[in-house]
Order: sequence, then structure tokens, then C-alpha cells
Amino acid sequence: MSELRDPTIEEFYKYCSERKLMAVRCIRCRQVMVPPRAICSNCRHSRVEWVELSQRGKLVTYTIVHVSPPQFKHMTPYAVGIVEMPEGVKIPSIIRTSRPEDLKIGMQLEADFSPRPQEGGWPNWPRYFFKETE
Amino acid sequence: MRGKPLATIISAGVSKFGRREGVYARELFAEAALSAFHRVEKLDPSKDIKAAFIGQMSEAYEHQAHTAPIAASWAGLFPAPAMRIENACASSGSALRCGIMAIMSGLYDIVLVGGVEKMTNQPTPEVTGILATASDYPFEQWNGMTFPGLFALMATAHMHEYGTTEEQMAAVAVKNHKNGALNPNAHMQKEVSMDEVLKSRLVSWPLKLYDCSLITDGASVVILTKPKLAKKLSDNYVHIIGTGQAQDTFCLHERESLTTVNAAKTAAQEAYKMADVRPKDINVAELHDCFTIAEIIGYEDLGFCRPGQGGKYVESGAPDLNGSMPVNTSGGLKSKGHPVGATGTAQIHELYLQLTDQADRRQVKDAKIGLAHNLGGSGATAVVHVLKGS
Repeated sequence: MSELRDPTIEEFYKYCSERKLMAVRCIRCRQVMVPPRAICSNCRHSRVEWVELSQRGKLVTYTIVHVSPPQFKHMTPYAVGIVEMPEGVKIPSIIRTSRPEDLKIGMQLEADFSPRPQEGGWPNWPRYFFKETE
Repeated sequence: MRGKPLATIISAGVSKFGRREGVYARELFAEAALSAFHRVEKLDPSKDIKAAFIGQMSEAYEHQAHTAPIAASWAGLFPAPAMRIENACASSGSALRCGIMAIMSGLYDIVLVGGVEKMTNQPTPEVTGILATASDYPFEQWNGMTFPGLFALMATAHMHEYGTTEEQMAAVAVKNHKNGALNPNAHMQKEVSMDEVLKSRLVSWPLKLYDCSLITDGASVVILTKPKLAKKLSDNYVHIIGTGQAQDTFCLHERESLTTVNAAKTAAQEAYKMADVRPKDINVAELHDCFTIAEIIGYEDLGFCRPGQGGKYVESGAPDLNGSMPVNTSGGLKSKGHPVGATGTAQIHELYLQLTDQADRRQVKDAKIGLAHNLGGSGATAVVHVLKGS
């Protein structure tokens, strides 16, 4: 499922507007990377391809943020974590949950997308986030 | 070059750390420089110091870029060139390496290295946002990560993997505040109890207010020269015998392990090898305790204890002031304060005092070898230095 789009961060977020969570994979060593980039972080090869990631991943660590920058004030406290995808790449993410006390390392989470960006004049791109599986 | 001096510190100084209302960063820097100049009467700073390397993280606090020439000129140094080195919280640790390289290259005989940050003129949410700029913008900042948040992710992983407890993290804070209470230049010269730490409000679970270093104004300066010139200039000098610096993936999530700082391990190995010392040879150490978990992981990365044993290590009392390996005798970032750009050389200042027997009530008896561990960001940069008393 190789794609011709450039391996840039902007393209990653354009994919989010299509409700696709994407990563780049090195053509040579198969290293999967988020953020996307042109030079492989493992073998330094300079040809990568886009791959679509699964919708579900495993929570490997998390925290509940109580002191936040002004842009996130409206949603504080909130959970953030690192999610490991079956494709072997980890992703940082906000975790939307009404029960942060129920978060557990190892639990499955599901990717979702939000068209509405955070406020505060940051780039007006869509976002991905993770939530508890239904 | 194993074990040989690379460059020699003939003086060091700090400003008073704290909430310094009514002064600019440059004025704090001049205060630190003056305290360093007073220790070396044989030096004519404006004539003898040939270059300055100055760590400072952000322009945002004072709406001011091009900061190195300002700081240097307020310290009376011109026409000596001044360079700003920015590596987030490892800015002045990195600046020190630049100073060492400048001396070793033979280009200069004497240089000044230092750092400064004036932070408290901004409210805490703004400071949180400014500090977060040292993390990845489109993937970490956009996802609401803060610095306490990034280190909390490591803390949660460490607790899960090794059973490290909130009490063990709190023990780091209790220890460092006890030391900071003895340091007249520290921001918070106050002991705290285990109970106070555990009951302090949440910043980023599991990290609480007293797990976090302080938002502080301050500056620090060291003066470096060639090893063979040191004796002529000062009776109190300390050799730098090992320097190491490394980087890791910029984003935390890309690291293979979330419970170690690989860059610190690599930097430590480089510095140990150059200095020809082992962890057990160290008598006193300043570790980058931006958060209590960072000191626990630091013990492990530096080889003071085995991986995963950092929590038990602090409980054992080994890193206490009267323990076998006193860590953060200055009070650390936790109690002395963490004016980001000043931290790296402030650690060196404390080691300079310890290794020249000038640390007063915090003095570690017979301290000969010291180590400084300075992290930038969530560990994308790490700098380690090994110092030896003369």
C-alpha cells in the first residue's frame, strides 16, 4: 500500500482528516516510524512508504495532566499516554476517557479523529486521539 | 587522554536562586559573574577572558533573543565573543563542553562558561507552555504533553516495570530539600516531610508538586583555563577529566525503553572512559532531578545501582549527605531551583565548592571525584562531566 505522498508531518495530519492513522515504513529495514520522516531512524535508508496503522493499540504508559499550558486549559485534567500499535510503532496521544482511574497499562485503546482543533491559534489541522474500546 | 585534565576550573559563581523580582536575566548573570571574579583576584576578567559560552533556553520570558552578548557585556566582557548555547535544560552543560573544546583546541587560554534563565515573571501556565517548547511541537505539544507529563510517563512505566513507589520518589524530594536547607543560594531553603510531598497537589499523576523542580530565576558561571595555567591563577582549582554528551530520539515515545535515558547512559560511558573512573570512584554527584523520577532513573543510568533499583537505592540512604555517594548536596533542581539555562553550570559550581573544600555545612569529607549529570528535554540530550580536585 505504498503511497506517493511525501513523508512529511503535514501529510500525516492530512491523512487524519481522512480518518486514517498513518506511519512511514522503511523500504529496506521495515522500521515503522511516527513522526514520518525521509531518513530511516534505524538504518538511515532514504526511501520510506506510507502504511496505514490498525485502529487499535495497547496502552504502554500514561499520566493525568493537572497543570497544563493555556491551550489545554478547557479540558484539564486530561489523560495522555503512549500507545503501541500492532505494526510495532508507538504513538503519543491524548486519551479521552470519562474514567481516568480505570486506565491500566496493557489495556486496548481505539483510535479516533477530531475535526475540531484545540483553540489558541495553533495550526488548524485535524487530530487523532485514542479512547476506550466499545 | 585517560584520566588527564582536559581543562581546569579556576573559579565558579552563582547568583542567589529564587524569585528575583525586579531584575533582568543579564543582571542575574552579572551577579553570578561577579561572584566568580571575586574568587580569582589575579584575573583581569575583561582582559583575560577571551570568549564566553552561555546557556539560555528561551526568548519568551523576556522577549529577548541574541542573549549571549547581553549577558556577557553586563559581566563586563568585551570585545570577547559571546555565544549562546541552547539545548533546553542541558544548555549550560552543553556550553561547558564548548568551553572545554575551545580550551583544548588551543584557540583560547581562558574562557567563561555559564547560564541564566529568568522565569518567574510569567505565570505558571505560561511557563509550562514555554518549557513544553523543548518537546516535539506537532506530536507531543499538540497532544497536551507537558514536561511534568513526559516525566510522569516515565514514572508510570518505571512503577509498572519495577514496582517503584510514590514514596520512593518522595524520598528524593525529602533528601534534596534537606540538603537545600543548608545552601544559602538555594531557592527553597526548607526541609519537607514525606507526608507533605505525598499530600501535595497533583501536577501530572503520579507526579505531585513536591516531585517537581522549582520555577526559578538564577545564573551560574565557571571560568576555565588550560590545566597548566591553573596554578598561576588560583589556589583553588578543579580539573575536568571526563566529558560526555549524547542524544536520543527527540520524542519520548520513539525510545525502545521508557524507563531509562539512553543518552545519559551513553554520555556517562564516554565520560567515565575518558576520566578512567568507575561509578564507585565518584565521591559526590549532582544529578538532574527536574522531577524526582529523573534522579531515580539517573542513579541507574550512571551505574550507581542496577536498572530498576533506583527507588530502593534512595531508600537505602546511599545518596544522603552522609551516605556513601552523596547526590545533590546543593539541594538539586528540586530545592536549589531550576533556572533552566543556568542549571548545568550551577551543578558544576556545587562540585567546584565540594572539590575545593568550600561547601561549608554541605561539605562531603575528602571529596576527590565529582560527577554532573545534565538532561535536556525528556532526555534527547544528556551531558555528563567528571571532575577531579587538585
